[in-house]
Amino acid sequence: MIRLCAVDDVPAGEGRLVRVDGRPLALFRTTAGWFATQATCPHLEGPLADGIVADRSVICPLHERHFDLASGAPLGHECAALQTYSLREEGGEVFLVGDLLGDKPPAPSENLAFPELNPR
Amino acid sequence: MRIPGIVVVGGGIAAQSLCESVRELDAEVPLTMVCGEPRLPYDRVRLSELLASGEGPETLALRPPEWYADRGIETLVGRRATALDPERRRLDLGDESFEYERLVLATGSDPLLPPVPGLELAGVLPFRGPEDCEEIRAAVDSGAARVAVIGGGLLGLEAAYGIAAQGCAVTVVHLMDRLMERQLDPAAAALLRPVMEDLGVEVLLERQTECILGGERAEGLRFADGQEIEADLVVVSIGIRPQISLAVEAGLEVGRGIQVDDEMRTSAPSAWAVGECAEHRGMVYGLVAPIHEQATVAATSLLDRCERPYEGSLQWAKLKVMGVDLVSIGSPQGAQEAVAADAAAPAYRKLVVAEGRAAGAIMLGDTRGSEDLLGAIAGGEEVTDPVARLAAALEATVADLPDSAQICNCNGVCKGEIVAAVGEGGCGTAREVMARTRAGTGCGSCKGAVVELVQIATGGAVEEPSYLCPCRAQTREQLAAVIRERGFDAVSQVAGACGTGRECGQCKPALAYLVSEVNANRHREERGARFINDRVHANIQNDGTFSVVPRMYGGVTTPDELRRIADAAERYDVRMVKVTGGQRIDLLGVRKEDLPAIWRDIGMPSGHAYAKAVRTVKTCVGKDFCRFGLGESIALGVALEREWEGVYTPAKVKSGVSGCPRNCAEATVKDIGVVAVEGGWQIRVGGAAGATVREADVFETVETPEQVIRVATVLLQYYRENADYKERLYDFVPRIGLDEIRRAVLDPERAAALLERFRIAKAAVADPWLERDEPYHPRQFGDLDEVSGAAAPALAPVGPPPDGELP
Repeated sequence: MIRLCAVDDVPAGEGRLVRVDGRPLALFRTTAGWFATQATCPHLEGPLADGIVADRSVICPLHERHFDLASGAPLGHECAALQTYSLREEGGEVFLVGDLLGDKPPAPSENLAFPELNPR
Repeated sequence: MRIPGIVVVGGGIAAQSLCESVRELDAEVPLTMVCGEPRLPYDRVRLSELLASGEGPETLALRPPEWYADRGIETLVGRRATALDPERRRLDLGDESFEYERLVLATGSDPLLPPVPGLELAGVLPFRGPEDCEEIRAAVDSGAARVAVIGGGLLGLEAAYGIAAQGCAVTVVHLMDRLMERQLDPAAAALLRPVMEDLGVEVLLERQTECILGGERAEGLRFADGQEIEADLVVVSIGIRPQISLAVEAGLEVGRGIQVDDEMRTSAPSAWAVGECAEHRGMVYGLVAPIHEQATVAATSLLDRCERPYEGSLQWAKLKVMGVDLVSIGSPQGAQEAVAADAAAPAYRKLVVAEGRAAGAIMLGDTRGSEDLLGAIAGGEEVTDPVARLAAALEATVADLPDSAQICNCNGVCKGEIVAAVGEGGCGTAREVMARTRAGTGCGSCKGAVVELVQIATGGAVEEPSYLCPCRAQTREQLAAVIRERGFDAVSQVAGACGTGRECGQCKPALAYLVSEVNANRHREERGARFINDRVHANIQNDGTFSVVPRMYGGVTTPDELRRIADAAERYDVRMVKVTGGQRIDLLGVRKEDLPAIWRDIGMPSGHAYAKAVRTVKTCVGKDFCRFGLGESIALGVALEREWEGVYTPAKVKSGVSGCPRNCAEATVKDIGVVAVEGGWQIRVGGAAGATVREADVFETVETPEQVIRVATVLLQYYRENADYKERLYDFVPRIGLDEIRRAVLDPERAAALLERFRIAKAAVADPWLERDEPYHPRQFGDLDEVSGAAAPALAPVGPPPDGELP
């Protein structure tokens, strides 16, 4: 498990960007719990952490693409689904659950695409 | 001596309904209405709204004054009929006498008062008219904290709720063993009690008030069992007493009310009676739907064309307490009953069957299918299996209802009329249908059904602007009323209490605006409900960076400001510095985490270029410099911008002030534009020069800059209070109509109230860029700290792979 932040680091009902070894993730604190997804929208790379969070979904701030935070599924549009990550809240802190691949070292998986936010 | 045709004595819903019915049948017959109260008819059914809103009764007016003038209805307002001589067909209004051909008594009722000592004390009030609402509010404002309401019927509960909504401790004292005993059975009443208590209304049952305690002012109540309670204010609402004194003195036959036959004729020649003053087959009706039915029959009879006599009405009532859905139809109890109850919800649904026919229903908490059951009970539908019939009502949608089914019970509008308004009437939206048929304009509880019918009738093709969001099937007005009456000050409260009770990302920003507007900016800010622009007070760009536009009132700046802007642009590596169409300087490509620092360095207030707010007042140089200038446009533009700065609006507002009709500030295509003309200033509204191009309508021409500021500010506040979220002025103005807006904005009393509310809202506004020093949250502008995953075994996605295919 990787500690991401303290619960109070993210305002209720908002998202924040967090980098894990330089790789950005969007982290969300919702009324339905904590969620993490890829950082940018598959549509045109909008910063999802700046989106409007409601119930268990996020709306991208750039073009209002709507996604389910638990499954990553697009809601009402044709975009690709988001990558989602498993989180755990424990003792006032939020952890990324990273042991789903068992004990194997983290192979630099091609499944993990982390596009840089706001490339300049 | 004047000789009108029909004279209606009374100025309430009954009188109004009668006039409407007469005019539908005959546009010519002379018609005069004598209103005893100092105002035209208003919707007394919604009286409790005045308690909560504090607005004047004119907001409940059934029709505007022009309506009467346009239809040749003479209105004598604030005039009381003093004597009646039915033999000579003469009516006295004080010194003046009328001869009439036909007379209708629609004198309504007075509050019924219990025979107890202490009624004369200060602080003891009935709940009957707008004056009572004002007095109750005044008492609460001056410190009345404990209020007793005598009477636990429909009106008593509505009054209690309206008072509790203002933060008082309210106790309802009821003589009977259950609330609303005429409309509810014991089981439903038992469920209603905790619902009322949750709203801050304590309930005392089986208490007979023996006297009102106190020397000069009411101090409490004593009951027959000796118990006493304290109260600074006592509101009496135990029922009505038909107002029949004029009829009694004229020798008409009366019982409890003025006795009428099946054509609503009294015992006197050429005299009819309708409404709460009339007694038909031993019944006096105090509900609105029967009044409309009586008025319809009386109108046909007055004009000698009565074909369907009046045979009595089905009693039907809806409790108008926000958040409590309660409908009672016909008999609350009977020989055969089917009941479905969920005490936890709570929800209670019951169908009463008598002699094999639907005879009554109660629906508490879940009123689905109430129109269906109302139709069944009114039509005496045969019911062999009450349990199945009750369940079937759950499934009934408005599409299944027959054309004859009444949708709006306040105004007696059937489904067929609504469908016809779309088909033959050519109405395309629910708003138009409501304006034409008046459906949904009474208590408003049927608006949802009207919208649904219009959608079906239009094939659902029309985008329906009436709902604030499809997730809650509630209009902006309804949600605003909920916020007002329940005293909500945060979006999460509204989201939790309305519709599905869940959050919806589509409408959160709209609710955030509504909550702030209703609370005059004294709401609890929940930033998660705001769009990112309003969380960080800058405009998000396509690469996730932000633009920064400082406030430059009227487009005027100084060398010093420009220097600071230039320095900041370099220091923060701003990608582009650009002059905007609204005469501002835009710094593009600022990183979110740099926002507080760049604001500090620039040292100018927010220009609100990111917000739904007043953005810019563009000006030309005007009389100060221009050889054609007629007015000082810069000074006026700056003053307007200062007046409006920081106030949020339903959609962005762009403004402009031109110093002469050459119009270099393009004021004729602004949301609100001002143009100097010979001798004054022309105020325009509803212009656009974007995707839509629209020339602004001329709203009013005034003489001085002070008048411009006043009128334009009142106009802005009217827009703030009445427009849908994201509805620009160029859409709002044609939808509401320029005349309607003028009526509100140019009326001195309404204008003063609007201006006062604007000032209250404005007083709570601060420069959002000051959050650079006092952020809403420590990480308002920043990402989280970077973490290292090196120590962790693996980082694995549990969602779909990046190709986006869901397993």
